[in-house]
Amino acid sequence: MSFINKPKVSHPSLPRNALGLTRRQYEGSMSTLCAGCGHDSITAAIVEACWGLDMRPEQLVKLSGIGCSSKTTAYFVAGAHGFNSVHGRMPSIASGASAANRELTYIGISGDGDSLSIGLGQLVHVIRRNVNMLYMIENNGVYGLTKGQFSASADIGTKAKKGDVNQTPPIDPVLLALSLGATFVARSFSGDKAQLVPLIQAGLRHNGFALIDVLSPCVTFNDHEGSTKSYTFTREHYQPVVETDFVAHASEISVNYAEGESVSVQLHDGSRVNLRKLDPSYDPTDRSAAYNYIETKLKNHEYVTGLIHIDESSSTEFHTLNKTTAVPLNRLPFEKLAPGAAALDKLMGRYR
Amino acid sequence: MKPTDVRNPDYFHKVVDCQWGCPAHTNVPEYIRMIAQGRYSDAYMLNRESNVFPGVLGRTCDRPCEPACRRGRLEDAKPVAICRLKRVAADHRDDITDRLPTAPEKKNGKRVACIGAGPASLTVANDLMPLGYEVTIFEKQDKPGGLMRTNIPSFRLPEQVLDDEIGYILNMGVDIRYGSPVKSLKAIASEYDAVFVGSGAPRGKNLELPGRDETDRIHLGIDWLESIAFDHVTSIGEKVLIIGVGNTAMDCCRSSLRMGGKDIKVMARRPRAYFKASPWELEDAEEEGVEIVINHAPKRFVVENGKLKGMEFERLEWDADAKKSTVIDTVFLPADDVILAIGQDNAFPWIERDMGIEFDKWDIPKVDKVTFESARPGVFFGGDAAFGPKNIIWAVEHGHQAAVSVHNHCQGIATSERLPVGMNLIPQKMGLSEWSYHNDFNPSKRQKMTHVDLVERFKNLNVEVETGFTAEQTAREVQRCLNCDIETVFTAKRCIECDACIDICPVDCLTIAPNGTDAQLRSRLKAPATNPAQALYVSSALPHTARVMVKDEDVCVHCGLCAERCPTAAWDMQKSTINIPHAIDEGATCRS
Repeated sequence: MSFINKPKVSHPSLPRNALGLTRRQYEGSMSTLCAGCGHDSITAAIVEACWGLDMRPEQLVKLSGIGCSSKTTAYFVAGAHGFNSVHGRMPSIASGASAANRELTYIGISGDGDSLSIGLGQLVHVIRRNVNMLYMIENNGVYGLTKGQFSASADIGTKAKKGDVNQTPPIDPVLLALSLGATFVARSFSGDKAQLVPLIQAGLRHNGFALIDVLSPCVTFNDHEGSTKSYTFTREHYQPVVETDFVAHASEISVNYAEGESVSVQLHDGSRVNLRKLDPSYDPTDRSAAYNYIETKLKNHEYVTGLIHIDESSSTEFHTLNKTTAVPLNRLPFEKLAPGAAALDKLMGRYR
Repeated sequence: MKPTDVRNPDYFHKVVDCQWGCPAHTNVPEYIRMIAQGRYSDAYMLNRESNVFPGVLGRTCDRPCEPACRRGRLEDAKPVAICRLKRVAADHRDDITDRLPTAPEKKNGKRVACIGAGPASLTVANDLMPLGYEVTIFEKQDKPGGLMRTNIPSFRLPEQVLDDEIGYILNMGVDIRYGSPVKSLKAIASEYDAVFVGSGAPRGKNLELPGRDETDRIHLGIDWLESIAFDHVTSIGEKVLIIGVGNTAMDCCRSSLRMGGKDIKVMARRPRAYFKASPWELEDAEEEGVEIVINHAPKRFVVENGKLKGMEFERLEWDADAKKSTVIDTVFLPADDVILAIGQDNAFPWIERDMGIEFDKWDIPKVDKVTFESARPGVFFGGDAAFGPKNIIWAVEHGHQAAVSVHNHCQGIATSERLPVGMNLIPQKMGLSEWSYHNDFNPSKRQKMTHVDLVERFKNLNVEVETGFTAEQTAREVQRCLNCDIETVFTAKRCIECDACIDICPVDCLTIAPNGTDAQLRSRLKAPATNPAQALYVSSALPHTARVMVKDEDVCVHCGLCAERCPTAAWDMQKSTINIPHAIDEGATCRS
C-alpha cells in the first residue's frame, strides 16, 4: 500500500472527451489493494471506458458487496453515486435503485466469492430479472481477503499457494448466465485492456443485464506455478473468440471486415458493437451454441474470451416487464408518488 | 527499437535536465535535497565541486538549468528556482574553510601561468593547486575576479560575496600578480610549463556612426561598468540611451539609474521575442522604470558644438519572423549620455603570431573544443577568450576541462586521453513503499524573489536588490524539485505485464506495446510523446508476450509509484550520480 496518493499532476496534453474532461477526472481514490492486483487494471479499464463514453460522473451508480473486488468501486469515478452493500447482497440494492431511477447507469462490481458463494442466490435472480445494469465479476479463484482459500470458481486441479489441489468442480459464471438467459455475456482478462474497455462500454450501453466475467489474477495468493488463474496460465490459455469494437455513434464509419467474419449489433441507444469472429464457426447470437462451445473449451482449460453472447432483441428487460416509471421517483410530484388513502382504497378494491 | 542501454551514463544524465543543461553539470537535485534538510554547508560544498562560485552564481548565473527544468514542462510551466536555491545554500552556509581543498606543502615542480584573474583562470588554479602545481595569475587590474567584478554591478553581486569565494582559491597560495597586464605571451610561455589564457573578451563593440568621435559622452558599456566598479565614474546625465538589449545593457541601464540618470531608454532594433537579455533581467530593469524601446535602429549621433544632443533612429517595421525590416521614418531622441552595449570581442594584441598559435580568419586563436589546447602544445584557452563571450558558468567549465589538459600535459599524458564520465546507480528503497527521498508531487507555485523597495534600493549603488528567499519560500521551493536524478530503473525479465505501473502513473508516461521504430512507438503510447528532445526508454522483450515496456521520459515526475505498485520489483527507483572527472580525479588515477 502506498503512503502517497496518486499525484493530481497530469500529462499536459491528455486528450479530453466531449465533456472537456480528461481520463484523470474519472479516477477515484488511491487503491489499497496489493501491488499488481488484476482488479486495479480493471479499475483503470472502467475509468477509460467511462471517459470514452463521455459519461457525466454523476450519471453513474457504483454498487458492490464485500471483498477485494468490492473495494474497487472507491477507486474509479469519484463523482459517481455509490453503495457498498452487505456481502453478496449488491443485486438487491441494484434492483431497487434501478427500479427507482432508470435514468442512471448502474455498474455492479463483485468477485467470485461475493457472487458465486455467499451471493449466488442473489446473482441468479438479478440475471433472471434482467435488471438493466453492468455486472462485473473480478474473478481470481481465491478468497484474497481471508488469505487465499479456494473460491467457488477455482478450477479442478488448480494448486493453492501451499500446495493443496482443488477437487471440487467450479461454478463458471459465464455458463451460469447463459443458462439463465442473460442477454449480454462476456469474458475478459484484466491484462487485456484493448479487449476489456470496449466490452465495458458495450455492457454499460446494453439494454438489460450485462455480465462480464474478468479473469483477474490475485498476485498475492494465486499467481504461482500450478495455479490456473495466474498471469502466466491465463496468458497461455485465454482465447479471444470475437473481437469487439464499440462504436458510440451509429454514424461513425467502422472498419470493414470480410463477409461472414463480422456481425454488427445495434444497441438500444443507437450505439453499435462490431464483432469480428476470430473463430468463423462461432456465432455470438446463438445462445445454446455458445454454451456448448464454452463448455467444451473449458474442459480443456481454455478460457474463451470476448463478447460471448449478445441478444439485443429480448423483451424481458426489467423495466419493460415491470412497467416501472420512466420518471425517476425523486422527480415525481408528491401527489403522484403518494396518491393518498382514496387511491389505496381503489387499488384494494380490485382484490376484494 | 533496440533496448535502451542505461549503463551509458549519458542516458540518465539527460533525464536530469538541469544537470545536463548546466555546462558544469552541477548535481542540482542532490543539493536541493540537502537544502531541504537544512544542510546548507553540504549543499554549498557540492555546488562548489562543479561550479566553484556558488555565491556568485546564485545571484548572477545565466541559469541554462532553468529553461531545461522538467517542472517547466508540466501544467504550471514554471521551472524550479534553481539559481535562487543555490544562493540560499551560499547565504546560509557555516564557516566551511576547513572543508576547502588545500595545496600540499611539497610542490610537484610544475609551474602554470594563468592570464587574467577571471572565473576561468581561478577555476584552473582551484583545480591545480591541490595537486601541487605552482600557479601564477597575471591580472591587469588591482583586484581579482575579471568580469565578475568589473561588469556585474554591486547591487546584483555584493563585493563581499565575490571576495570570499575568490579568497577560497587564492588562499591556497596562488601567486597572483596584480597590475600586471601581459605584454608578451612568448615571454611567459618560455618561463612556465603550461599557460592558460583566461583573459576574457575585454573589448566592447563600437558603433561607427556619424558623430561617434565628436563627443566624450558616448561610452562602451563594459568599460563604463568597469569604471563604476573601480569608482572612476560616479555620475551620468539625466537622459541616457542604452544601445543594445543584452544582459550588459540591463546592467548599464540599472547602473545609470543609480548614477543620477532619470530618463533611461534601452534601444532595441528588433521585437521583444528576439532580445538577448535574460527575461528576469529585463523584468528587473522594467520594474525600476527603465523604458525598453523596440524596432529602433541607430542612425547617427547628434552632436552640436561638441555637445551630445541625442541620437537619430530609424523606426523599423519587421516581417513575421523579424528577418527583414522596412524603415517607417526617422526619429530623434534627446540624450545626455549614450552607452553602447552591443557585444564584445576577443583581443589578443599581446600574443605573438610566430609562436605556433594558429589564428582563424577572424583573428581568434584556434582552440580544441575538448582539450582547450591551442595549436601550440602547453598553451590553453578558456572562458570568453576561447570561443567568445558566453557567461560565468561556461568559463568555470572551460577552466575545469583546461585544468585536466594542463595536468595531462605536465605529466606527459596526451591531453586527449581523458577519464570517461562515470555513473553510480544506488537503489533508494528504504522499506515497503518507502523511499530515501520525498517522492510525493508538491503542487506549490514557483516562489517569487522579493526585492528591496524602489526608494531604498537607489540610495546607494551597493544596495543588493534581491533579498534572497525566506525560510518559508525556501521550504516551498525545494519541494517543487522532481528529483529527476532518482531514476526509474526497469528489469524486463521480472515483469509479469500486470499493467499496475501503467495504471498508476500520474503522467501516463508508461506503455507496454509491440516494438517498432521510434516514430511507431511514439504513436503507440498512452499519452502523446510530442517532445522528440526527450528520449523513449525501451526495454528488452517482456517474458510473457514479447512486447516491450516503453517510457517517455518527457514529463515523468519521479514519484516512484510505478515501483511502489510493481509486484515483482521490476521497477526500482535508483539514484544516478554522474561523475564528471576533474583534474583531482585524473591526479588520483593510477595510469599504467
